[in-house]
Amino acid sequence: MIHSLFLVNASGDIFLEKHWKSVVSRSVCDYFFEAQERATEPENVPPVIPTPHHYLISVLRHRIYFVAVIQSEVPPLFVIEFLHRVVDTFQDYFGVCTEAAIKDNVVVVYELLEEMLDNGFPLATESNILKELIKPPTILRTMVNTITGSTNVGEQLPTGQLSVVPWRRTGVKYTNNEAYFDVVEEIDAIIDKSGSTITAEIQGVIDACVKLTGMPDLTLSFMNPRLLDDVSFHPCVRFKRWEAERILSFIPPDGNFRLLSYHVSSQNLVAIPVYVKHNITFREGSSQGRFDLTLGPKQTMGKAVESVLVSSQLPRGVLNANLNPSQGTYTFDPVTKLLSWDVGKINPQKLPSLKGTMSLQAGASKPDENPTINIQFKIQQMAISGLKVNRLDMYGEKYKPFKGIKYMTKAGKFQRCVWIAGSDRYYTNRASLIIVTS
Amino acid sequence: MLESSKESLKLEAMKRIVGDPNQFIRASALRVLSSIRVPIIVPIMMLAIKEAAADLSPYVRKTSAHAIQKLFSLDADQKEQLIEVIEKLLKDKSTLVAGSVVMAFEEVCPDRIDLIHKNYRKLCNLLVDVEEWGQVVIISMLTRYARTQFTSPWKEGAMFDENNEKAFYESDSEEKKGHTEEKPYIMDPDHRLLLRNTKPLLQSRNTAVVMSVAQLYWHLAPKHEVSIVTKSLVRLLRSHREVQYIVLQNIATMSIQRKGMFEPFMKSFYVRSTDATHIKTLKLEILTNLANEANISTILREFQTYVKSQDKAFAAATIQAIGRCATNISEVTDTCLNGLVLLLSNRDETVVAESVVVIKKLLQTQPTQHSEIIKHMAKLFDNITVPMARASILWLIGEYCERVPKIAPDVLRKMAKSFTAEEDIVKLQTVNLAAKLYLTNSKQTKLLTQYILNLGKYDQNYDIRDRTRFIRQLIVPSEKSGALNKYARRILLAPKPAPVLESSFKDRDRFQLGTLSHSLNSKATGYQELSDWPAVAPDQSVRNVEIIEASGSDSEEESSESEKTSSDSGKSSSGSEQSSSESELEQKKKKKTKKVPQKKSKPTAADRYSEIPAVCWSLRASFFFPVTTSSFGPVKTYELLHHMTGKGLAAKYHFPRQPCLYQPSMVAVQVILSNSSDHSLEEIHIGDRSPASLSIHCFNTIERLEPEASVTVSMGIDFSDSTQAANFQLCTKEDQFSVSIQPAVGELLMPSSMTEQDFCKEQGKLQGMNETSATITMETANASSQAISKQVLSVANVGVVSSSQNNFSRFAGRTVSSGALVLVSLELKESSTALLTINTEKTVMASMLLRDIKQALTQA
Repeated sequence: MIHSLFLVNASGDIFLEKHWKSVVSRSVCDYFFEAQERATEPENVPPVIPTPHHYLISVLRHRIYFVAVIQSEVPPLFVIEFLHRVVDTFQDYFGVCTEAAIKDNVVVVYELLEEMLDNGFPLATESNILKELIKPPTILRTMVNTITGSTNVGEQLPTGQLSVVPWRRTGVKYTNNEAYFDVVEEIDAIIDKSGSTITAEIQGVIDACVKLTGMPDLTLSFMNPRLLDDVSFHPCVRFKRWEAERILSFIPPDGNFRLLSYHVSSQNLVAIPVYVKHNITFREGSSQGRFDLTLGPKQTMGKAVESVLVSSQLPRGVLNANLNPSQGTYTFDPVTKLLSWDVGKINPQKLPSLKGTMSLQAGASKPDENPTINIQFKIQQMAISGLKVNRLDMYGEKYKPFKGIKYMTKAGKFQRCVWIAGSDRYYTNRASLIIVTS
Repeated sequence: MLESSKESLKLEAMKRIVGDPNQFIRASALRVLSSIRVPIIVPIMMLAIKEAAADLSPYVRKTSAHAIQKLFSLDADQKEQLIEVIEKLLKDKSTLVAGSVVMAFEEVCPDRIDLIHKNYRKLCNLLVDVEEWGQVVIISMLTRYARTQFTSPWKEGAMFDENNEKAFYESDSEEKKGHTEEKPYIMDPDHRLLLRNTKPLLQSRNTAVVMSVAQLYWHLAPKHEVSIVTKSLVRLLRSHREVQYIVLQNIATMSIQRKGMFEPFMKSFYVRSTDATHIKTLKLEILTNLANEANISTILREFQTYVKSQDKAFAAATIQAIGRCATNISEVTDTCLNGLVLLLSNRDETVVAESVVVIKKLLQTQPTQHSEIIKHMAKLFDNITVPMARASILWLIGEYCERVPKIAPDVLRKMAKSFTAEEDIVKLQTVNLAAKLYLTNSKQTKLLTQYILNLGKYDQNYDIRDRTRFIRQLIVPSEKSGALNKYARRILLAPKPAPVLESSFKDRDRFQLGTLSHSLNSKATGYQELSDWPAVAPDQSVRNVEIIEASGSDSEEESSESEKTSSDSGKSSSGSEQSSSESELEQKKKKKTKKVPQKKSKPTAADRYSEIPAVCWSLRASFFFPVTTSSFGPVKTYELLHHMTGKGLAAKYHFPRQPCLYQPSMVAVQVILSNSSDHSLEEIHIGDRSPASLSIHCFNTIERLEPEASVTVSMGIDFSDSTQAANFQLCTKEDQFSVSIQPAVGELLMPSSMTEQDFCKEQGKLQGMNETSATITMETANASSQAISKQVLSVANVGVVSSSQNNFSRFAGRTVSSGALVLVSLELKESSTALLTINTEKTVMASMLLRDIKQALTQA
């Protein structure tokens, strides 16, 4: 299946390679570099590239390309999913997945890659199992290893590999037993120029951090499980129980994991917590344009809208912008034409606004592209869909755990069409407004 | 030096594979040995693989499955021997091994479909419990298998006629009609099993698994069932960019054949400014595929914003898409055309050029009323520099030169001036235009044409020289040219069919969805064609498995295995872990004993399905449980609450004889609640209990029970090894009903497995006070040891101890709460009398149990 893996950094250097079968020459990546050159943006590199003898499947995460070399037919998603799992594992082990972190931990990286694949077929990808096999690096352990010459590699088969709950290691002990659940929701919306919603949907996840002794059996129930339209589970969740009773029943893995991701159907009309008033005009013949943007909160149930960040890609004809924010700071990059405005918290009494003029290239005609506006924000203590966790119970263990649930809403992809005054009916713009609630 | 070190490494590895007590070391040794890619090592590798394939540890067996592929790539001559090993490993019942061995099968002998027959049902049932990567491989293998073994669930002729939605929705009624004449289609139960067992995997977090289930449904399910995958596929669009790309490609192929499937989700395919270009193009493709009369206005409005995109490649693709919508849906052709003409005044060249090309194609479909547009384009001609667009305009003017008699010669005049500076493609069209004008309007254009032909004759490009020569011979009469000359007009001005604007995904359906080949639209190395459905299904009995064989030596092997696991892990694992491994043992034991009655009646296929748990995502170990319960025959059900006293709420309970999930000291009880009233009951839950100390694990509150509906819930009760009834209140929103569960003494036990020796040893310890015995006279029908087992097991939840003496039957169990041993032995004497002895510390239980068993054996 997966023959080799090359890690390529942003400047196009291969800084790590790993072969599970025979060695494939680095020159195979030339085809990848070719495709990379052809693509204008780093994201535009096609994920699947055929070459005369191999196929290259790549993913881009944290500005590193993970390029897998395939020799024969295999479902491409299989490889892509695996590569993402590799990145997740690195992130889990080193905190970040950057070139520097990988280079610093090159021994652990190779150990991990060796255990994750055997002859190109995934062997151990559960974080709990891997951590028993290969201990995550800590300063103390690195020092001890350097002095004693021992390694991070465990000598016993991880208990999870054989048990009926492979995601959980046995013999877990904590003095403080805690279980935290974060309900994080993202709104995706496209809003047209007149302010009406074209599409809006909510995607949510429940991330858990469970540190419980022994083999706890948890059940999590919701006040309103019918909200959840489509769900996907961590393998630990008992599907039958969900089907019959709409209760999440599971023996959790140890540590951090994503319990559930869900989708809230569009039938439950999504209230968008932020509105934007905009007035962006260019006049034919003049080298000036007016820019006026005001933000305001809407239906937030009294919760503050925080960390608001507005960004907009202005038309190419704009030379500079001279704007005046009522709060926060703004920057305009004359090269990329990217305007970003860090608003901070929205005060409903005094709505934040950004007003001023844009100077255009002298003699250039009125730009016909409209700027896109992305808005990001967070709302703490609120799940925009109204999803509420009813209760969390634990069975199988005697102690009383500490339980905590946090709600948060975030902006996903939120877009807005902007009408530019004075343009004909083709001159509509799409702006994207990204709303984050937590 | 190198040789000798290899040699010693080899020996060391071999020694470890065979001998090391730690399974992890055995597996690692095999991995090391099989990774040495040297041909001399082949025989020893073969030996090691065979050794490891019979290892007690499933982890080592998994490693051996991986080693098979390595050896095969090293030396393909070993194929026959390797197939033998694969065949053996395919029989393995461990979920750990299943994925890896199917992978090896796919690599080594994908055509040996006969090896799968016997394992097909097992693989289907294990599927949900296999690790996710294995699931992908098994599902794609089973898709291919099913395509060769089952008949098509699709109606004749309905195969690719999915745009016809009426037929789709009316298929039920049609089927009824059609079937009176034709032979009705009945889905093979094995086919249904596969579909049913893969469905829950749509909820997997692994996108590859979801995609492979989707393709399985696409290729195998009846047409009306395929749409259940839609939601899950749309969900995947939230995932990483690369995942989106692959999923969108597959949706694009699906949406050509089945618009209805994705139409409700149209808005999910709206393009966002932050998407990568190839994602945008794919979304555009899908939106175009989904367009129909009803939604075209929405889609076109959306397209209008895309045209303005700063990403010019994408804007150009949008214009193409508008063109496709215009040809496919005749209602909007005019609207689209007007819109495209407006785009001709766009400042961006690529947009204009693309519009010209698309307009050209559109005009061809209905040229009559559009001379205005052609004139407009001729005016724009001077400002357009993109060669493709210029060429398109020239072709249009040439083709319809009779509609624009004044403009055409003028354009030709301009072209004659700039001919030498043009691109090749424009030059070719200029020559074409000249030829067409020469034929229709030779008075005005004769000289111009000759001039252009002369220029072309000396052009640097041989294509243009060639074309010029050809045109000259064709249109200019001379002695040599002869007959062809007469037909020049008919050749050049023949009515041309309008181009069909088609999706680029039209022909992708020849590849299996989700494959690399599909993604690349060309056959990848090692791609396995999906065969067509067979006209007649091959013999389905090949998949029948002797049940006896299934539980035979293997289960013994595995039970010793799990013992090994728990001892291997060293650290005494926590409560539930241990109890689960123990319960596994017991279940196995029970299964073995229970095989006896099953053997008598050869089970039909339907019987077998009833034993197989439909879907057990829930409990990893669950595939062990249901087999045992159902083999007990009818479970005794007791009434908990009659619907008359319960104001419509009725409850029954029975003991499933499974280890309780919630706490090991509890007895599992299943309660079936049903609503026989005419209104729905709300908030059914358990209220006060007595004695207050009674520990009950309640079921979760049932929010709502509709009339005529029933629900099965499980609860656990700790009876503390006494037959005292557990009293509690069953409450609804309005009422409370006191109910009580009184267990038979036999239900307070759980089976315990032990050997005959252990049994005798334990029995020796429990003499005197702890022994209760009675002589009984048995019904003759009960005299055989099988019948005895059956009767005893119907009364008490104990395990059979295999006995070497014929006249002895022994059973062992433990009390659920305190875990005290309960040993039952029955010695057959002459003339159907027998000595029944019970040894246990719990003397009260002993006497009650004695009474129950005696009753069961004497009555029959």
